[in-house]
Amino acid sequence: MTATSIFFYACAALAVVSALAMLLNVRNTVASALCLVVTMISLAGVFLVLDAYLIAALQIMVYAGAIVVLFIFVVMLLNLRHDAFAPNRLIPVKFLACLLGVWALVRLAPLFARYLPDPATLPEGFGGYRHVGLALYTDFVLTFEVASFLLLGAMVGAVMLAKRRLD
Amino acid sequence: MPPMEHVIVLSAVLFAIGAIGALTRRNLIAILMSIELMLNAVNLAFLVFARMWADVTGHIFVLMVITVAAAEVAVGLGIVIALVRNRDSVNVEDASLLKW
Repeated sequence: MTATSIFFYACAALAVVSALAMLLNVRNTVASALCLVVTMISLAGVFLVLDAYLIAALQIMVYAGAIVVLFIFVVMLLNLRHDAFAPNRLIPVKFLACLLGVWALVRLAPLFARYLPDPATLPEGFGGYRHVGLALYTDFVLTFEVASFLLLGAMVGAVMLAKRRLD
Repeated sequence: MPPMEHVIVLSAVLFAIGAIGALTRRNLIAILMSIELMLNAVNLAFLVFARMWADVTGHIFVLMVITVAAAEVAVGLGIVIALVRNRDSVNVEDASLLKW
């Protein structure tokens, strides 16, 4: 097993464990958001294994740096530390559903392995800022412009929603 | 390099965890966080396929998904603040009517 594989499996295990911690932590919303940060950072590690260097940096900056901070900011602003408990019923059914899901994944994984091609050899600089930026500003420039409109609309909408009185 | 199907299985597991969270939690903020997790799982799948075919389009798609996620969180948390101001609660069951 190479160092890359070990790094991948460590990041994957950390991501799954912290995602489960986020899901199962119904007592404290702040702790839940901090578990989400750990998931995002370990996913950035997985992105590095997949040669997506720019995306990995953006993942840490945008998700861990901005989005989750916004979550924690709102939770602390509204003082919502204590969550309402979800009704805890149908435990055997949920357990059976988890087993069924794991079984389906275990059966599906060899199918992926059989029908997916081997990873292609990468061109020089694949996934770096130069490669992605060149595609973004030439082939996908319309998408880029539409995204700027989306962000403008979201900004105006968020300000209007959070305003105290509309007049 | 780990086998690619393991990365796809990781993506499926994270998506399932996010879906369970979005469907079972009652806290609106927890639901938003679960949706973020699902979007991240989809990003991971995009990057696997981009790596497999050495195609940069998957990376562009992930950039757009991150943009949409940021916009969604900004608007969603604005809705949460408006909801707390009007209902004093973040429980989705307290906001089941379209008018009040």
